Amino acid sequence: MSSEIRFTDFKSDKQPTWCPGCGDFGTMNGMMKALAETGNSPDDTFVVAGIGCSGKIGTFMHSYAIHGVHGRALPVGTGVKLANPDLEVMVAGGDGDGYSIGAGHFIHAVRRNVDMTYCVMDNRIYGLTKGQASPTSREDFETSTTPEGPKQPPVNPLALALSAGGTFIAQSFSTDAQRHAELVQKAIEHDGFGFVNVFSPCVTFNDVDTYDYFRDAIVDLDETDHDPTDRDAAKEKILDADKEYQGILYQDENSVPYSELHGIEGNMAEIPDGAPEGAMDLVREFY
Amino acid sequence: MPEDLNWAIGGEAGDGIDSTGKIFAQALSRAGRHVFTSKDFASRIRGGYTAYKIRSSVDRVESVVDRLDILVALTERTIEENMDELHDGSVIIYDGERTEMADVEVPEGMIGLDVPLKSLAEDAGGAIMQNTVALGAACEATNFPIENLDSALDKKFGSKGESIVENNKEAARLGQEYVQEEYDYDFDYDIDTTDNDYVLLNGDEAIGMGAIAAGCRFYSGYPITPATDVMEYLMGRIQQYGGTVVQAEDELSAINMALGAARAGARSMTATSGPGIDLMTETFGLVAQSETPLVICDVMRSGPSTGMPTKQEQGDLNMTLYGGHGEIPRFVVAPTTISECFHKTIEAFNLAEKYQTPVFLVSDLAMAVTEQTFEPEEFDMDEVEIDRGKVVDEDEIEAWTDEKGRFQPHFPTADGISPRAFPGTKDGAHMSTGLEHNALGRRTEDTDIRVEQVDKRNQKVKTAEEEEDWSPRTFGDEDADDLVITWGSNEGALREANQFLSDEGISVKFISVPYIFPRPDLTEEIEAADNAIVVECNETGQFANVLEHDSLTRLDRINKYTGVRFKADELADEIKQQLSQEVQA
Repeated sequence: MSSEIRFTDFKSDKQPTWCPGCGDFGTMNGMMKALAETGNSPDDTFVVAGIGCSGKIGTFMHSYAIHGVHGRALPVGTGVKLANPDLEVMVAGGDGDGYSIGAGHFIHAVRRNVDMTYCVMDNRIYGLTKGQASPTSREDFETSTTPEGPKQPPVNPLALALSAGGTFIAQSFSTDAQRHAELVQKAIEHDGFGFVNVFSPCVTFNDVDTYDYFRDAIVDLDETDHDPTDRDAAKEKILDADKEYQGILYQDENSVPYSELHGIEGNMAEIPDGAPEGAMDLVREFY
Repeated sequence: MPEDLNWAIGGEAGDGIDSTGKIFAQALSRAGRHVFTSKDFASRIRGGYTAYKIRSSVDRVESVVDRLDILVALTERTIEENMDELHDGSVIIYDGERTEMADVEVPEGMIGLDVPLKSLAEDAGGAIMQNTVALGAACEATNFPIENLDSALDKKFGSKGESIVENNKEAARLGQEYVQEEYDYDFDYDIDTTDNDYVLLNGDEAIGMGAIAAGCRFYSGYPITPATDVMEYLMGRIQQYGGTVVQAEDELSAINMALGAARAGARSMTATSGPGIDLMTETFGLVAQSETPLVICDVMRSGPSTGMPTKQEQGDLNMTLYGGHGEIPRFVVAPTTISECFHKTIEAFNLAEKYQTPVFLVSDLAMAVTEQTFEPEEFDMDEVEIDRGKVVDEDEIEAWTDEKGRFQPHFPTADGISPRAFPGTKDGAHMSTGLEHNALGRRTEDTDIRVEQVDKRNQKVKTAEEEEDWSPRTFGDEDADDLVITWGSNEGALREANQFLSDEGISVKFISVPYIFPRPDLTEEIEAADNAIVVECNETGQFANVLEHDSLTRLDRINKYTGVRFKADELADEIKQQLSQEVQA
């Protein structure tokens, strides 16, 4: 059905400027593959990103896109999706973008449950500013701004999402290409806010959370008896600080997206040439 | 018999002051009288002095004055607060049975009407209607046909059931009859009515109505005084026209959502007040740099910081003119009347889309919380014109693509305005960014392209300066030697001040400017005047400063920063005083 669109159609002719070996290549490829698999075309896809390495994604992909200000990608995506529900909205962020400066927006985007997909390229470090601690950095991770480690626990994005009423919470590993693309695809297909935290290693500044580390540490939920519709089971897994899970942690099968609850249907770009029909009623109300 | 009636009700917040005042304003409006209202309120939910004032006349009224003819005082403090405005013959309606009113002494020369509001309300069906009893008493004191009050009560309580409406009408009758029977005064007031039908609305409502008329479909905002009424107006109405209102988690989110909706092709708006504008500033540059059409409304209040949230000031002009890092092409439009809040909102959307820029729509608390009567034709929906600018569809896309078939959303044209493709348009896929970019929207640090794109964006403003009409409004005596210039909500008070001045044989030319950037060049008028005075509600004279910059001429100023709007009689006195000082000097 989606045979006409291939994932390479979403590639721009601009070569990515990420460091060789960066996890973001795999993250982006999986997003493009998932978009193609779900039958979307570049002309009806809108990619939103903030600032940082993740923010560059709109340049390297071919679609309608905006590269916004730091941490505010989710509100922009919300506006795009509500104004034109026909668009497939894909929001990309980094761990600093999403869980530090944009943490407030993250929680509220989760609760709002707008039907879009949010992929966070989580490398547990600030890469583009050359190696400072991020909100997901380990407590003892030494960086230029935390010479003895941040000495504060990392943010648990999955727990934030679950507590805020998240309806689709998944985690993937950018280099496990097939599985990552499959999880993003499920996030796209989910009716509501599809959140995927993607382990996307930084090969330049993070020598702790490396490809090797994740390869060893990851437990795939498909190889366990985890039931993603069981919120209590999800809570238990998400709060287990000793494991790195891959897969759908939680999915609410009864999720109703924001636009449906608020009766938003049409493309708001389409308006009449003058005032809308019956607009004088707005005046008469003031008699 | 004076035609001009100045009426007020005052008490504690939570006493129903606002809704009672509004009922009386509607009653007057339904009687074909013009109404202009103002509010004194504190930043709290309950408690604290609150008043709702009405000025009414058969002629159009556009300001408040320092005079109060009828005062409904629910607390003793209400009388103290308004002592300056009360005069010989003023009527004070109060309930001496209220413990807090037991010691009231009506000042000599004034008429006190001690009406047992509460017990009469109980006779009519419930103490809650005591304010309605007071309205009935006020009808008697002004010889105002009470049937008009009935009609306003129908509107107010109609949805709550017939018995509530009837009980309120009865409460009003009891108030009226009590005054008739107990007081044998020949009241000064004999209010005329007309057959005209007016609409009564405030500035925030006019902005909301203008937005819907202009095709705005997406609004996101965060509650803040005094801009919240815009959101509350749109909520529940914009949906009927296919739009939506999102209450965002903060102002940062609000403006970014609005930006997203605008990029998706919707006419989109956010509104806030000073502190919210500060937060939104981060995104101003992105809006301009990505060439996104967006209307950002600032309903100003007293600053800085949290300042006085429920008080008037015109202190954000510099912020809207200069806010944001770097150099941002923008338009700043500032309605000067409530009806202009409607018209300029429509214009703001057209400017935003035509030139693909942020447009600041600057209003203020004095307009936001003030209601005024208008002929409904003043908001003629048939006259609304929509200009969406250079939107290209899939047939036109090819003309704007490069040799590789890529759409160029920032193509440098002679007028500075590039083509715009709504997402979903075939072969129009492109990226927008706050980074400096080339015609494709891709990041660049190429010096030539940087200069080309900066020039392109600024060319849009130059094009607009030539293509649009930025004329101010002039009134008063066109040939007068003295000139008074203003912006924002002061126009109404100046129009009436002009009346006071010309009654005394003083002729002044007035210019009211609704465009701050670009703005009309007033150099000729300023040079031709013996004295040029700029009137604004701030301390530093922000508008006077930009006009001085334009005309290279020192301007006199009348500045008020008490938190209270200008009053017509006060302005007339100030202008007179400044002009006479000039003569002496």
